[in-house]
Amino acid sequence: MENNKKSFYIKKIKNGSHRDIARAISQIENNIQENEDLIDEIYKHTGNALVIGVTGSPGSGKSTLVDKIIDQELNKDKKVAVLAIDPSSPFSGGALLGDRIRMQKHSSNPDVFIRSMASRGHLGGIAVATSDAVKILDAAGYDTIIIETIGVGQTEVEIVELADIVLLVLAPGMGDDIQAMKAGIMEIGDIFVVNKKDKDGADKVKMEIDYVLNIKYHDNPEDKNPIKKVSALNNEGIKSLVGTIYDYMKKLKKENKWEIKRKERIEKELNKIFSKKLQKLLDLHINFSENIHKWVDKIYQKEETPYSLINKKINNFIKESEVL
Amino acid sequence: MSEKKIRILIGKPGLDGHDRGAKYIARALKDEGYEVIYTGLRQTPQSIANTAIQEDVDFVGLSLLSGAHNSLFPKVLDLLKKNDAEDIIVFGGGVIPEDDIPFLKEKGVQAIFTPGTPIKEVVEFIESKRDKIGK
Repeated sequence: MENNKKSFYIKKIKNGSHRDIARAISQIENNIQENEDLIDEIYKHTGNALVIGVTGSPGSGKSTLVDKIIDQELNKDKKVAVLAIDPSSPFSGGALLGDRIRMQKHSSNPDVFIRSMASRGHLGGIAVATSDAVKILDAAGYDTIIIETIGVGQTEVEIVELADIVLLVLAPGMGDDIQAMKAGIMEIGDIFVVNKKDKDGADKVKMEIDYVLNIKYHDNPEDKNPIKKVSALNNEGIKSLVGTIYDYMKKLKKENKWEIKRKERIEKELNKIFSKKLQKLLDLHINFSENIHKWVDKIYQKEETPYSLINKKINNFIKESEVL
Repeated sequence: MSEKKIRILIGKPGLDGHDRGAKYIARALKDEGYEVIYTGLRQTPQSIANTAIQEDVDFVGLSLLSGAHNSLFPKVLDLLKKNDAEDIIVFGGGVIPEDDIPFLKEKGVQAIFTPGTPIKEVVEFIESKRDKIGK
């Protein structure tokens, strides 16, 4: 894009034009390489939004909860954006994106922007473009950005790399899944939300989380994560939950953990960009993609071994570049 | 994957409560490899147009069985136009009498699929627009 046109476009994003924000998100979804400069241009306008991650198993009530959190934020005159991620089919590549059904009453409100994203083959509970989509919404002036992940199991924990505060949503009646979640996802919740509190077993879920956290924070109980019981469907406990989110934010800021968290996020992002670029660069120089099938054959025939083959190719490249 | 995905909104404007057709088409289009956004029953034209814009879809498929298509379909088109989004292609489906089709097409609905249409026809319609939408 030529400079004039680009700055006009960025201005429209910053002014909150839904049409332009939506187009920018599509552009980075479809091809980030061509749009790296767009992200760099808006970067200085980011960092103002509170980014809340909402994660949990399928059916735990994430979308309904997000809908009710939007209500609370609107009551405080905040502008809210939502990125709702659903899985792409590994077979057809298509996706049925239905999270926003629960939030449709907000679709005519100019202060709310909701965007569904398909995971497009990315594992980890979010999409590759989610992180840059957050930046666009941040630059567009949304005060609160909510990322709703795919319904997750145990290891889809990438949300922790994007959100300031992660809500882990649990619900009763989902068997013994607390046990299963102890190792992976239980570790990423900043605030634990027991949804469907009117249902049998809600107290038990809360007790089990409490038990796990008491062990984890035995020596520093003041850091124990909050556990909130809510009923998103009946709109109960939501105001108090949102209060807890802001208290948690204040606590992180007071203890200087906010900055540490955000710096860790930047570090992870740089790591990702570096790996991606490096891989692409080396691929170009050792013709990896071009030769992969040939190399597979050689290894299959036991003419080569995997580590030595790759080491050889990389060492050759290094030698050649030293000659240059 | 960095290919350009076609995105389609399936919307149900108005008051009828029959969404089997809409759900069927949403699922079938997903299986064809498209990204389909479904927003549920009883949407206003305003909310359908806003959703289409926020989701940056290439197509809006409107499903209606109540008979109010002659008023509701053009309303969606008007709102898209008003919001600088007239490039979004609108098609319709449901119980729509043959006699009404010319009027709807004149208003800008680009295709109407009546009950019994094989999904292949819908896919062919979408694919025929690929160049136009630049995907």
